[in-house]
Amino acid sequence: MAAARALVLTMVITLAVVLQVALFPHLAYAGVVPNLALLVVVAAALVRGPEFAAVIGFLSGLAIDLAPPADHVAGRWALALVVVGYLAGRVRQDARTSALAAIVTVAAASFVGTSIFALSGMVLSDPAVPAVEALAVIPTAVVYDVLITPFVLPLMMRLFRRLEPHQVAY
Amino acid sequence: MAMRDQHKRPSRGVLALLLLASFTIITLDARGGEDSPVDPLRAVAGNAFGPVEEMTAAVVRPFESVPGFFTTTRSLHGEVRRLEAENAALRGQLATSSVARQRAAELDGLLKSSGDTGYALVPARVVAVGPAQSFSQTVTIDAGTSSGVHADMTVLNNEGLVGRVIRADRSTATVLLIVDRDSVVGGRLGSNMEVGFLRGRGAIGDEGRLDLDLVDNAVTPARDDVVVTWGSKNGAPYVAGVPIGRVISVFSSPRQLSKRAVIDPFVDFSSLDLVGVVVRADTKGDRAVINAGETTPAGKGER
Repeated sequence: MAAARALVLTMVITLAVVLQVALFPHLAYAGVVPNLALLVVVAAALVRGPEFAAVIGFLSGLAIDLAPPADHVAGRWALALVVVGYLAGRVRQDARTSALAAIVTVAAASFVGTSIFALSGMVLSDPAVPAVEALAVIPTAVVYDVLITPFVLPLMMRLFRRLEPHQVAY
Repeated sequence: MAMRDQHKRPSRGVLALLLLASFTIITLDARGGEDSPVDPLRAVAGNAFGPVEEMTAAVVRPFESVPGFFTTTRSLHGEVRRLEAENAALRGQLATSSVARQRAAELDGLLKSSGDTGYALVPARVVAVGPAQSFSQTVTIDAGTSSGVHADMTVLNNEGLVGRVIRADRSTATVLLIVDRDSVVGGRLGSNMEVGFLRGRGAIGDEGRLDLDLVDNAVTPARDDVVVTWGSKNGAPYVAGVPIGRVISVFSSPRQLSKRAVIDPFVDFSSLDLVGVVVRADTKGDRAVINAGETTPAGKGER
């Protein structure tokens, strides 16, 4: 059962990362595509809490960092999505109850995630992106992530609920 | 409540562990320089994700209304025809450009006629594009080491220079576009053969411009002047004579000695699809190599 769960998780992360680079560029706005991996992490956070989401964030971030055509220093998206998963997991008690709260969580997560990635790039000068340009990309990314949320987040949350091992309520 | 507290404590531990892991990977990769310890991992990921990306791109492609897709051989024939036309157009462009005339005047034409001027190309399609959120302009193409594609090879299409291969896996390769911030290309002005360096601005689409810094401060580039690649030894990473773009404006500031020209690239980077990777004419691989004027079938690379 645990192996099957791990397999499904691997497939979900792979699918998110691949669709992000192979399908969505056709629907990109100014090169910005919806960050599907981030939505998967937020869904994991809302259903399962910060620890699980941080692990999912680390794995999917690493997948983005290593899968072609990525060429930045590896570990940067992993770092961003670990933080996103943890933070989103901390607010889940409020966010899992209403749709609006979930959308606000996605917007905040997208803003935090993309900002951390951009900032880590500035620190490492990999490449040294001028803040003005980063500030132009981040809002677009937030809007696109929010737009795609109704199609992805409920689906992912249902999946994570199905994958949740049965446990005693406390 | 006690349960919740107990539940929260390991959460910090996991977070700290994962953050530490992220920082470790970043440090290893950033400090590693040319041969980073993360590269083997990259190769593994490339070989795993590359085919999946190819598959996804193949599934997505029919919806882009590419004609002749549904019959494989027909589409391949079409691709070969298109690339031949591309090759011809490219050579036409080369011949008509002022660079070619200059070359001829400099008796370089001798070299030209002596044989291999047309570059051998491996055709490839763009299967994945890096998101703008990653702030780097890279794409994945569906030809890799099995087709004879390796790092530091020139990538072009029928319009001009696209970029260079930075990493090649078995069936896919990653291409750094010339508009990326990290990309520097040696360029040559068509009208007076002056050399300079072209740097990307990190944007595609209408703002996808390149900045040209000329080596000779006294030279002022003319508007609409064509810039072609300068070329390096053994054609790596860039072969010579590939058109890059056109000068659209020239700046000079009192603070800087050299003049800076803004180049509008010929290639439309927002709609990249079919590209060619410049390979040696005798490359053997699992797909046809297109030599100047003729097509060598896959597997029989002699010429």
